[in-house]
Order: sequence, then C-alpha cells, then structure tokens
Amino acid sequence: MQNEAIRSSANSAAGLAQPLPSREKLLWMYERLTLIREFEERLKWLVETGVPVGAVHYYTGQEACAVGVCAALEPSDWIASTHRGHGHCIAKGVEVHRMMAELYGKTTGSNRAKGGSMHITDVRVGMLGVNPIVGMGVTHAVGAALSAKVRKTSQVAAAFFGEGGASIGAVHEAMNLAAIWKLPVIFVCENNGYAQATPVEYAVSVPRIADRAAAYSMPGVTVDGQDAIAVWEAAATAVERARRGEGPSLIECMTYRYYGHHQGDDTARYRSREEEQGARERDCIRRFREQMLDQNLLTPEELDAIESVNHKKIDEAVAFAESSPLPQPADLFTDVYVPARDGEQQ
Amino acid sequence: MTTTAVRELSFGQAINEAIRQEMRRDPNIIVMGEDVAGAAGRAHLGFVDAWGGPLRATRGLITEFGPERILDTPIAEMGFLGAGVGAAMSGLRPIVEIMFVDLIGCCYDQIMNQAAKMHYMMGGQVDLPLVIRTAYGTRGGDNRTYGGGAGAQHSQTLYAVLAHIPGLKVVVPSTAYNAKGLTISAIRDNGPVIILEHKFLGLRAKGAVPEESYAVPIGRAEIARRGRDVTLCGIGRMTHICSEAAESLAVEGIDAEVVDVLTLSPLDEETILESVSRTRRLVVVDEDTPVCSVARDIAARVADKGFDNLDAPIKTVTAPDTPVPFSAVLEAHYTPGPAQVISAVREMFGIGA
Repeated sequence: MQNEAIRSSANSAAGLAQPLPSREKLLWMYERLTLIREFEERLKWLVETGVPVGAVHYYTGQEACAVGVCAALEPSDWIASTHRGHGHCIAKGVEVHRMMAELYGKTTGSNRAKGGSMHITDVRVGMLGVNPIVGMGVTHAVGAALSAKVRKTSQVAAAFFGEGGASIGAVHEAMNLAAIWKLPVIFVCENNGYAQATPVEYAVSVPRIADRAAAYSMPGVTVDGQDAIAVWEAAATAVERARRGEGPSLIECMTYRYYGHHQGDDTARYRSREEEQGARERDCIRRFREQMLDQNLLTPEELDAIESVNHKKIDEAVAFAESSPLPQPADLFTDVYVPARDGEQQ
Repeated sequence: MTTTAVRELSFGQAINEAIRQEMRRDPNIIVMGEDVAGAAGRAHLGFVDAWGGPLRATRGLITEFGPERILDTPIAEMGFLGAGVGAAMSGLRPIVEIMFVDLIGCCYDQIMNQAAKMHYMMGGQVDLPLVIRTAYGTRGGDNRTYGGGAGAQHSQTLYAVLAHIPGLKVVVPSTAYNAKGLTISAIRDNGPVIILEHKFLGLRAKGAVPEESYAVPIGRAEIARRGRDVTLCGIGRMTHICSEAAESLAVEGIDAEVVDVLTLSPLDEETILESVSRTRRLVVVDEDTPVCSVARDIAARVADKGFDNLDAPIKTVTAPDTPVPFSAVLEAHYTPGPAQVISAVREMFGIGA
C-alpha cells in the first residue's frame, strides 16, 4: 500500500478491475464532464465581465474526479463537497439552471439565494451540500453513511476533500469513526497540489495521502485524477466494498485546478506556467474522448452532439438566472428555525 | 527645508507596518497562519510571499524575517492555534491568524478554555503573550443589485462570543491609524488579545499613519465626533456608519456624538457613560447579531450605571437574528447602515421615522 504507483486506466478493458461502464453510462460521463467544464468556463467569463456572484472557486480541470466517483453512485447515494463544489453538484445531478440562479442571487436558485456558491445543496439528488469550512462536509458524509447503516438501507456516501483538507482534525476524526463503525463511506481526496497558495509537498507529512488509509485500517489507493475511467474504477470497487458492509475506503485522485484558488487569484505567484501547461496537456475531457474513440466505444458525432447540447444548456441556465426574480426583504427572515412538519406536534 | 506630510496607509498596510516594526524590535515575535506568506517551501523555485492574508496584512514579511519567523501552516486551526498557545507560554510572542472569524469554531477551545484561562488557572505562573488576528464582516450595502457576497459562513461578526470570555482582550480597530496602534498594543500585551479586522472597510479606513511606532491603548474608547444631542456608539465599520448618520442628522439639526468603542473587552465604560451624561441619549450600532450581543451588553451597563442621565430608552441597531444571507440585496438589509441609525435616532426624538 505504501508508495503505490498512481493507477491509470489501461488502454484496453483488460487492465481494469471492473468491467467498463455501459455505453449509456459512458455517454452520461462525457455529458457530465463537458457540462461541468462549460458551466465553469462560462461562469469565469461572467465573473470577468462583472457579474457579482460572490466568492467562487472554479473546478475547471478536476472534472474527472467528480464524474468518475458519481458514475459509481446511485441517485439515492449521498455526496458531500467542499468550497470547490460546482463539479460535484453537477456530477451528482444538481440542475445547472438552479445553480446559476443561486449564483445570481435569485429566488429560483437551489438555496433560494440564501446560500450562494459555497453552500449549493440539493438533497433530492443526494447532494448534502457544498461546504467551505474545511473538513466539515466529510463529517456530514460520515453521518449520512451512519444513517444508512442504522436505517438498514444500501446507500453509501462519498466525502470529497482536498489535500489541504487532509490536514484538518475533523477529517481524521471522521475517518476513524467510519473505520470503527464500518460505515459505508468513500473518502475521496482530490489532491490538486495546492491549498490556496500552499503546496502539498510543504503541508502534508506523507508522499501520498492514500498512505494515511493504513492509519485507519481502510484500503487506500492513489489514482490518476485526470483519468475519469481510473477514478470510476477505484470508486466502483470502494462502493461495492461499502455496500457489502465492509466499511470505508480512501481514494486519492491526483488532479489539477487550472485556475486559482478563487476568482481573481494570480497563480503565477506560487506555481509555474510549465506546470499549468503540463496539466492541460493531460486534460481529462480530451483524454476521455480519445479513449472512447480509440476503443470505438462512442462515436465522434455523439460526443459533438453532447457538447452542443451542453453549450445550449448553459445559455439557458444564464437566461433563466437573469430573468428570475430577486428576493424580497422579508425573505431574510425565512428558514431561520425549522417548522413543524405535517402531522407533527411542536 | 522639508515638509513631512504624514503618508496615508490602507487598513491592511497599517497592520503590516505594526507587525513589521514590532518584529524588528523583538526577535521572539513570530507569525503563524494559513498563507500568511504563501508558496511555502518554494523559495528555491523562485516562489515566495505569494499571498499574505485576506487584507494582505502579512504580505512581504517573509522576505524580511524569513520562514523561521513567518510560518505558513496547513489547514489545522485547532493544532496551530494550540501551538501558538504553547509557544506563548514558553518564550515566544506568536501572532496567529485565523483567516476568518467564522473559523473560530474550529479552534474555539484554544481561545476559550486555553489561552483565556491559562494565567488565571495557573495562579499567575505563566504569561500568555498571544495575539490572534482574524477578519470579519459582510460586504454590506454596496451597489450590487443582484448576485451575492461571501455567504453565511464567511461574513459573520461573532465578537460577542469572544468578548464573553473572561481573560481575553478583544479589540476592533476602525481606521488605519488605530489599526497600527492597537496591533502594536496587542503585541506588547502580555496576555491573549484577539484583533478583529473588518474585511471591507476599504477607503473608509484609509488615512494618515505616522511612520514611527506608537501604541493606541487597549481598553480605551474614543470620541470620533463631538456632539450634544445623542451618543452613537459604533464598533469597527459601524463607527463609520455612525459618522455618516451623524452627517445626515446634522442637516436635520440633531448634533450626534460618535464614540468608537475600539476595545470590546475590557470595555471603556467611563468614556461611554461620560458621553451619555452630556447627550442623554444612546444608540449602540453593532454589525453582530443581537442576542447576547456587545450592543446589548453596552446598553445594559449604561442602563444600570447611567440611568439617571438618560432622557430616553437606549436603542440598539444590529444585524437581525438570522444567518448572513448570500443574496446581495438581502445582505444589504442584513447589514446596519446609516438609514437604520437615523431612523432609531428620529424615533428617540419622537420625529417620524
């Protein structure tokens, strides 16, 4: 388990521990990958033209992590995310027009304009929430896994965090809890090399975050996070293990965020153009497309059609956001306390 | 012949200068926090001093003092603030940054149970010269008509839960001048001091800052504007809001005095009581939420000790009892502004609000 080589998917299905996803699922994966990319690139353009969406953290470049993991999950499974959460939201099925409306501060937004980018949630699709307090989402995912175990459902939960988040105490407490209680949770560490401007080689005491899995008696694997099939393969294995009642797993995805920590961050102050360029040369969407075409799994026409549909989807999401209503002052006071539900006494 | 005009500094620049001057004076002062420098460990690759805090208050310090005294930390507030406590008990004078006050939940034990109580619990055996710096506040009522701010977990004020702890000093500077002076006082204080720095003071805080080192004493409120008819007590950005309200009120013939609280704990009751003894009316303006707030604490103290001087019940103007909404239009309603202060004063005088 120590210093294991980073796992990439081989060019043929023979190298994988899992049978390849169905054709339908592969199309879904490409659709989600490109939808995330389209959403974030459009958002960046909107921000740079002055749309006041508040603090945003682009997921661009990391799409394969969210999509690879969510490809292995069912709609009834849970995920919890970090501040860099748009990709996880879209991969899990949060509607892009409701996300865009939320960013625009409109009442049609996923959180009715009360949450914003850093708190986008949609429990109807198993998205427990984007959460910017580092590590807290991980504890919530463990809670959802506990809930599944107590209620005896077959649900699992995936907890996303960064290599920066791997230093916060809450994550270690969550892993230990999940291990001792054998909870059906998958810990997914997106190691993009930087926590704001702090590099991983400075902040993390081990060469691979996956090495820490041994400390919690769970399997740990490091995969190429820019390879959606490799991520999916590790996730599918971990999900099966969790549903069998064998407990948690840790997947470390080596990935890269193309842009800065938040909007307007000048990455030149802490990382090189060569490194950024190198990451773009391994672009996860281009590589997925190449794999699908090289292995004759999907056709170029299908993939192009998906991109075209997604481009329109984002156009519509922006139009929806622009034309949606603003909140009224009275909305400030709604949802402070939780009301009684039908049939309950309070 | 030379004329030395006092140069103007921004809020962040003033704090930077305070830390720099103190660190030159005392080699035991260190700075710790997430990206207080940035690009840690990469000087040999040509990357150094990449970040410097949300207000850029620590930008450039690593170039002068090196990585031994300017320490970037991993994301581990409980751990590194605790290390700050231990270091303060054993010879260092750490300045620890908790990036946003909303994150004190991650390390509140180190503040509440540890730093604040050490000297007392140990019968005076140890000093604890720890400074905690943290950023607070909403964007407030700027001109955004849609979109949003930093949301519920990055916009809070929360100093009420800090002022509540015995043994901990809590200061809230409002201008570049008092930011430098209070930071220097905090660093020189032998006990734990937490400094709350508003994220969005902007040009309101920019002003003349003397180049030499100077201390603004902790525990002293200041009269920012002399007046006769009502005392407006402000904290941090709200002091500027009070001043703006005072300008508008003056046009209506109401001459407001503005008191800048500056230190929440230990509170300078004397200055506030003296002001009220002349104006006979008090409005306390606080960006924090109202329940168990500093605003109500001040109001209770004055109602108790200054009752005979009051011609009207004390009013408080605070944020509402809700989390901070993301929406810009809602956040503008959330954040107290001059209009609410003016309305409170008019009500006090029986003029239509």
